[in-house]
Amino acid sequence: MFKILEPNKIFQITSKAPKYILFLFVVVLSVGLTEALILSPEDYKQSDAVRIMYVHVPSAWISLGIFSSITLLSVSGFIFKNKNFFLMAKSLAPSGFVFNIIALVTGAIWGKPTWGTWWAWDARVTSMLILALFFAMYLIAWRIYEKEEKVFKITTFITVVGIINVPITKYSVEWWNTLHQPASINILTKSSIHSSMLFPLLLMTAAFALFSLLIFLMKYNTELIKIKNKGLDRL
Amino acid sequence: MIIELLFMNGYAVYVMSAFGFTLFSFLGLYTITKLQFVKEQSKFVSKFESLNPEKANSAKTQRINKEILADATSN
Repeated sequence: MFKILEPNKIFQITSKAPKYILFLFVVVLSVGLTEALILSPEDYKQSDAVRIMYVHVPSAWISLGIFSSITLLSVSGFIFKNKNFFLMAKSLAPSGFVFNIIALVTGAIWGKPTWGTWWAWDARVTSMLILALFFAMYLIAWRIYEKEEKVFKITTFITVVGIINVPITKYSVEWWNTLHQPASINILTKSSIHSSMLFPLLLMTAAFALFSLLIFLMKYNTELIKIKNKGLDRL
Repeated sequence: MIIELLFMNGYAVYVMSAFGFTLFSFLGLYTITKLQFVKEQSKFVSKFESLNPEKANSAKTQRINKEILADATSN
């Protein structure tokens, strides 16, 4: 069923793709940075501090997306007994964790001029911190457990428990009274953000998504070579 | 105009540290991932070179091994 995704077949693509993705990432990031730092307007309330949104929001979106993908891949790996899914999930985790940290740090930097504090135990901020802890546990599990079966079970358990936190993070600003502002972008209803700010935000999101794809491919290729190295030892 | 852009109404220090931290994290993650990749690739090449011709030929029957070697030599 998943023969098309077999490492032996896709390595030819995954080994060549990073250089093209790196090029595309640099182009999109350059345009995105120009839009975000120079061309986009300042906010009538937050003034130029609003520009932090262009790194904070895409990072948060991507880290949530990556954690959801990791969970889906881990559960699929478990159901279909497919080791490749676990390998893909493992390769996604480092960029997800880094994006999560970026979202927390840039959120703290944004909090100082807008809320008057670097940190608040606000529902959204706290749930993002919990997400970072799940990412950390997931990565540590891969490091400390050597037996494949055990690590597959433990990492899947971590993601299944951690995924409960994803909708909590998303809806925290609606369920509780928080310092964090509600979502400005909604797929189903009209967004409250002006197109002059939406465009750079989407550009930066595209750049960040390309970066996570780049890291994923490089990490995935590294994992495949690691497996092949073990194969050579057995020859 | 340039000074206005750099000053950002007094928020430049916040904006630039947020962007700086992001780009620094990108650079760090990319460098670490690249180094890990290169390390595994050179380990593979040296292991492959230490194989006797018979085993090397047998290993070369796998397409992925040939591609790893080709990729390592082209970098």
